[in-house]
Amino acid sequence: MDLGGINLVTLVASLMVAAVPIMLAAIGELVVEKSGVLNLGVEGMMVMGAICGFIAAVNTGSPVLGFVGGALGGAALATIFALLTLGFLANQVATGLALTLFGLGLSSLLGQGYNGIKPPPTTALFGPLGEIPVIGPILLGHDWMVYVSILVVALVWWVLKFTRTGLIIRAVGESHDAAHALGYKVARIRFLCILFGGAMAGLGGAYVSLVRVPQWVDGITAGAGWIALAIVVFASWKPWRVLLGAYLFGGISVLQLRLQAAGSAIPVEYLSMAPYLITILVLVIMSSGRGRSALNAPAALGQNFHASR
Amino acid sequence: MLRRTLLATAALGLSLGLSTGAFAAGMDKVKACFVYVGPIGDGGWTFQHHQGALELQKAYGDKVEIAWQENVPEGADAERVLTQMALGGCNIIFTTSFGYMDATNAVAAKFPNVMFEHATGFKREHPNVSTYNARFYEGRAVQGTIAGRMTKSNKIGYIGSFPIPEVIMGINSYYLHAKKVNPNVELTVVWAYTWFDPAKEADSAKALIDAGVDVIASHTDSTAPLAEAAKTNGAVVGFGQASDMAEYKPSPRVSSIIDNWGPYYVKRVGALLDGSYAQADAWEGIAGGEVLIGEITDAVPADVKAEAEAMRDAIAAGTYHPFTGPINKQDGSPWLAEGQTAPDGDLLGMAFYVEGIQGDIPK
Repeated sequence: MDLGGINLVTLVASLMVAAVPIMLAAIGELVVEKSGVLNLGVEGMMVMGAICGFIAAVNTGSPVLGFVGGALGGAALATIFALLTLGFLANQVATGLALTLFGLGLSSLLGQGYNGIKPPPTTALFGPLGEIPVIGPILLGHDWMVYVSILVVALVWWVLKFTRTGLIIRAVGESHDAAHALGYKVARIRFLCILFGGAMAGLGGAYVSLVRVPQWVDGITAGAGWIALAIVVFASWKPWRVLLGAYLFGGISVLQLRLQAAGSAIPVEYLSMAPYLITILVLVIMSSGRGRSALNAPAALGQNFHASR
Repeated sequence: MLRRTLLATAALGLSLGLSTGAFAAGMDKVKACFVYVGPIGDGGWTFQHHQGALELQKAYGDKVEIAWQENVPEGADAERVLTQMALGGCNIIFTTSFGYMDATNAVAAKFPNVMFEHATGFKREHPNVSTYNARFYEGRAVQGTIAGRMTKSNKIGYIGSFPIPEVIMGINSYYLHAKKVNPNVELTVVWAYTWFDPAKEADSAKALIDAGVDVIASHTDSTAPLAEAAKTNGAVVGFGQASDMAEYKPSPRVSSIIDNWGPYYVKRVGALLDGSYAQADAWEGIAGGEVLIGEITDAVPADVKAEAEAMRDAIAAGTYHPFTGPINKQDGSPWLAEGQTAPDGDLLGMAFYVEGIQGDIPK
């Protein structure tokens, strides 16, 4: 299974792990955007999830409670965003950007005294089954969060496509006025979506500090939230494409390092910029001709709603 | 071109330093200010500078007041921060990242009575600008010796940040000394293109481990590569970088290179206090105490430990220079002749691998 000095099995296995944080954050943001809200604070919510999850895991000794703490931390920061944009009708773009800066600062403050501590390890779900050749490392050898992230994508897809709840979320995102006229509580629905988005971003952040790295240092997410935002657009607001996008972005970043280790002649710069080039290409193709609807963006994305209007 | 510029500025700086001589006639109290590029909590580069600042405070007590600002972006913002500090009564300002070079010199022109000290730079355009750096490649020589002895697969790895002379110097020193004790050793370099991105650093370490590497050195700032090595249950070892990273003792962290800025800060502020302060172009290493070798743990066999410590002591005593000829460049052309040691100018402008390293330096 070697290709140019790179073992394909370990490549696939490690790209699945590398993709988890951006996949979780992106699927959360997808739901938020489907409800018509643009929250650019994903990076801030992720880093809050990273520190809250780390604190929870270290103090309780349980990685499971760590991930719960991470989700709560992300959701708590998202609540601030929801209050400002839904309650006080603040500009969503500006509030989201401010949320990132606030999250980075607050996480740094909370993280004082947590540098250089090792969190409790998150174990592989199927234990020794991961030793089976080829399918072992790819399908069975991961920690349980890898499977949770895929389940979340499947769940979001199912809810949005087949359930009444999904229909309501989409209706609010396409036309909040029409949804309001039908009697749906636009603000309440958006609030819950924002909370979900925050929790997923927090979970992604906790995965970075508890499994990927595992330690706490300031700014540990290092821009993963921005990639998650790009993936939502790349996926044209479709859940399974989020999974694809996350594996593509995660895969290329892992692949380029392996190509270097294998002594490949391909300049690393090309591979590093490949995901972004693909995103731009997809955007150009999608926005040509049939316009915004072809892009599949929710029609009310980024617009504030006030019932009295 | 770059090397010539470097040499020219170095020469200029030296002549200025000699001509201007000592500055003030001593001071009763000094306010020392620090500009940091990252957060103090990064556990690496900025953390170590701040440790130096705290040491300074401890050394002089009431006679020194310290102040600092974290996360200062390189560029126009740095100029504003520096101006603010100079206006705010700072007597000496340490700017601790390469990217502050132009801002430091620009602000120094406006405040001739404030002393500016720029870490890792080479521009000293005004008499009140000094530069300081540390000879990290000396530490790399010690770690390379350990790496060459410790590897079982004869494959050792290196996570590079950016292809600049500072980093290339470290790679060459590490490889030369691993090769010296183990002629079969092969070095694999992975460029992460970041100083600080723990997830990417962990991925880099994983890629190296999957490629068969069993000793990893890094020139990025976080402990993520050590955390990744720790997952192999002792099969892969590595080194602490910038700070001791003692939490990964005794394995995978078998030793470390520690940036120890305290002695320099104490020396410079001391000179300001007693009036002997003069412009400087400092580049000290193990001998000056700026580069420390962290404890070599018991995971390393005693004879290897002794060998590494002997090298450290020889460098400290000045009897051994890590770049001593004969050394050829990667393409086979001669660089240093038998017994010749590398001039500082060559090191500061280093843009080539030494003979034996596979791969190209990214442009």
